[in-house]
Amino acid sequence: MKAWLPALLRLALVVLLVAFLTNPGWFEPLLKPLTENNAPVIYNQGSLLTLTLLHLRIVLIATMAATIVAVALAILVTRPAGAEFLPLSRSLVNIGQTFPPVAVLALAVPAVGFGEKPTLIALFLYGLLPIFENALTGLTTLPANVMEAARGAGMTGWQRLVKVELPLSAPIILGGIRLSVVIGLATATIGSTVAAKTLGEVIIAGLLSNNLAFILQGGLIVAALAVLIYDGLSAVERYTARRMGRETA
Amino acid sequence: MIEIEGITKRYDATAVVDDVSMVIEPRTIAVIVGTSGSGKTTLLRMINRLVEPTAGVIKLDGADNRSLPGYELRRSIGYAIQGHGLFPHRTVAQNIATVPVLLGWDKARIKARVDELMTLYQLDPEAFGPRYPHELSGGQQQRVGVARALAAEPNVLLMDEPFGALDPIIRTKAQEDLLTIQKRFGTTIILVTHDMEEAVHMGDKIAVMDAGKLVQYAKPAEILAKPASAFVETLVGASERPFRLLSLGRVRDAVEKGTAEGEAIPGDASQRDALAELLWSGRPALPVRDADGKPLGRVTLDGLVKRSARPA
Amino acid sequence: MRGAPERLTGEGVPIRFDKLGVVIAVIAAYAAFAAPFATFRANRIVPGQARSMLEALPAATGPLLLAIVVVAALVALFKTPLLLRLAASAAALAALALLIGVAGTFLTPTGNTFARISPASGFWILIFAFTLLLADVLTRLELSPWARVGVLVVASAAVALLLISGSWNDLSILKEYANRADSFWAEGSKHVTLALGSLLAAVIIGLPLGILCHRVERLRASVLNVLNIIQTIPSIALFGLLIAPLGWVATHVPAAAALGIRGIGTAPAFVALFLYSLLPVVANTVVGLAGVPRAANDAARGMGMTDRQRLFGVEFPLAFPVILTGIRIVLVQNIGLATIAALIGGGGFGVFVFQGVGQTAMDLVLLGAVPTVALAFAAAIILDAVIEMTATRRREASPA
Ligand SMILES: Nc1ncnc2c1ncn2[C@@H]1O[C@H](COP(=O)(O)OP(=O)(O)OP(=O)(O)O)[C@@H](O)[C@H]1O
Ligand SMILES: [Mg+2]
Repeated sequence: MKAWLPALLRLALVVLLVAFLTNPGWFEPLLKPLTENNAPVIYNQGSLLTLTLLHLRIVLIATMAATIVAVALAILVTRPAGAEFLPLSRSLVNIGQTFPPVAVLALAVPAVGFGEKPTLIALFLYGLLPIFENALTGLTTLPANVMEAARGAGMTGWQRLVKVELPLSAPIILGGIRLSVVIGLATATIGSTVAAKTLGEVIIAGLLSNNLAFILQGGLIVAALAVLIYDGLSAVERYTARRMGRETA
Repeated sequence: MIEIEGITKRYDATAVVDDVSMVIEPRTIAVIVGTSGSGKTTLLRMINRLVEPTAGVIKLDGADNRSLPGYELRRSIGYAIQGHGLFPHRTVAQNIATVPVLLGWDKARIKARVDELMTLYQLDPEAFGPRYPHELSGGQQQRVGVARALAAEPNVLLMDEPFGALDPIIRTKAQEDLLTIQKRFGTTIILVTHDMEEAVHMGDKIAVMDAGKLVQYAKPAEILAKPASAFVETLVGASERPFRLLSLGRVRDAVEKGTAEGEAIPGDASQRDALAELLWSGRPALPVRDADGKPLGRVTLDGLVKRSARPA
Repeated sequence: MRGAPERLTGEGVPIRFDKLGVVIAVIAAYAAFAAPFATFRANRIVPGQARSMLEALPAATGPLLLAIVVVAALVALFKTPLLLRLAASAAALAALALLIGVAGTFLTPTGNTFARISPASGFWILIFAFTLLLADVLTRLELSPWARVGVLVVASAAVALLLISGSWNDLSILKEYANRADSFWAEGSKHVTLALGSLLAAVIIGLPLGILCHRVERLRASVLNVLNIIQTIPSIALFGLLIAPLGWVATHVPAAAALGIRGIGTAPAFVALFLYSLLPVVANTVVGLAGVPRAANDAARGMGMTDRQRLFGVEFPLAFPVILTGIRIVLVQNIGLATIAALIGGGGFGVFVFQGVGQTAMDLVLLGAVPTVALAFAAAIILDAVIEMTATRRREASPA
């Protein structure tokens, strides 16, 4: 494959996505055959663009919160004072991954009510795990002689963390954030079952009214967002990995 | 001056370093040799307190090394480790500047020092300063590692097998560079190595360790001439001994009166080099000249053979 | 060297706090004294009234539970032997499980069939705190795979016993169950069939596909890329999108319709789960096969094995633990995702979850969510144990 082809495909996808979100009417003829009985072709109970932005906002907030908490936890359990918690935290991460997102979502409703909040909680909890796991991997697999040199140069514990450990783990932590974002984008659609304003609303409207065009547009927008964000974060990750002298496969 | 007094390190019940006492004079190089696992690295790391001793005291210029926090102590002591341990996410210049930055030097001073060290190590500051460690060859990385250890002008430099991974030619070059720098800055160096050749060549004194104990601490000539035990004798290599002894002396100290045919040898070459040249060229004697080309006399095969015999 | 003198108790044992224990004790103290133990509601959808531990339990039982909780928290707080911690956490969890049932009976006015009693935040926090303690003990005991499965069996048996004995019957979640006993088991078996069936299909298709990808390098990137993109399609959309093609198949292929393939219902859910499952199975097969040491392959070739013999005799056994890891990921993920099938009429425990969300009846949500989580959890423990067993057997068999 030519080297520029993937870049061109990505660019085309961005253009297509922006065009669809700003002028969905242009695409009406394409989706028309999927509807029956003159049902609306383009989602009409709200702007697709607004829903997309709200969707992204939820994922962004949840991922940021999850990143802060997960990285802080990983730092804590890799310090001598928190080392006692390391084995337990690994088990908890393992257990946590067995909780299905739908269950987390539904169980958060009684605590915080319907709407954005339960979705944020579910995304946050679900996003914690990959980031925590990767941060732990990053912080526990630092090259021993580099750490030794940092100590030998007279860095304090805090200086080692900020100047050496975190920068060197950054690519691996970014990998966790990437996974977390992709899971979050998909899970946020389920949030619409508890009345969060996300693209899931479009899909569920399609399911309820048997409108395939709705399902398709909602699903494809989320998938396109996921592919683009995944690619973008992968590129950032590769760039930092090169900068940190850690070549990724 | 570094005074090590009765230092011991135990892991569980085993003493990894066992009641070691030695004094390292200022502006000298002490080399620690010994088999793998004999406690060399542990001893070295107790000096800058990367390892806390179980018992004993280490004094630097008369002050107990526990009189200030470990990290401040370490900023005042250079430390170069095997495999260099350069920070992969920082440029060469940033790596070298590590300790000066920690010490809060001003920018101009840091830049001047980094440039000075890089020039000293024949790395063009413009070309190499902004590079990342993985963009350097192994020998260059090693030099940057030592430059980093020297950056804050430490009085004491600890080196743990710093030249382990280098090829013989680069290795010799690195050793010469280090000797030059040591003379220039008057640094006190403690160097760990597995290479007896290196030990004899670099050390003002050699410390031999075996199973955590210091079995002999003496000048290279004495270690070669009067090994304290069978272990030391094996370590210095019985078959290499005469040549190592010769390598300690300069030709100018073995000059005899008279003249000889053929190409001359400089007076500050080692006696071992002179012997090699005699054997290789099949001559009984070589003329000796000093740096200006002034004839000093000659050096003979017989004379060198006598010098390489066990001293009385 | 002489350390600082340690604080001593009468017996000369130094008192030391356990860090995790401090966390557990704080949480437990809050839950036991400041949070409600049970919720009383006049009927299933009105807002509830909180009842503390002492209010929710008969005269002597309340203080008894409080005492057990306090003692267990104290055991956690200090550095105590692992077996004592194990006993304390197990006892606290058992007492909580038993007495929440008693609270149900105690708080239900006699003869009233509308009143609903459910565990409240205090109860759940206490369960969380002592599960944390238990998890910590079990982690530190470094149990063998068999022992872990054993613990799982004992715990399941204890829960089953409580359910059969009827001691939880006055709790709201079981009242929801009683109203739907038949559909509960029907949806449950649909859920399991969906999760396991799609896994089976994914293994049958995915393994050969993975082997093919391993052998034919040009195929590898494109197959994995397509499977990766499928993963990015949100589950509810994929479920929905499959309705149309399967509906078309059902109307145009009579044989398919006879097999039960419909546009909505189980079929699209099954296909969607199958598609999601393919990536982990194929990817792990490729990774596992790629990880087979070159020397082992060369030796096999050198001994004159055919490609087939090499695949089944050398590559496959060596790659097995990695492939199993893929299967574990798929199974746990499928058990969770199968809840979404309910949205397109595919059945499963999700039916109760979504009904519950719709009626704001939390106990109904729990009726769907709790078995789902339990299933996923049990599947993870069992498969982890199997993976560890196969992996260690491999390691023992090959000299280090
Ligand atoms: N943190 C530690 N815990 C337990 N034992 C240790 C520790 N560090 C070192 N040792 C043991 O102490 C002994 C001496 O180790 P040390 O690293 O000082 O040896 P060395 O002389 O530097 O060996 P080499 O030449 O191989 O580098 C070894 O047996 C080693 O296993
Ligand atoms: Mg060593």
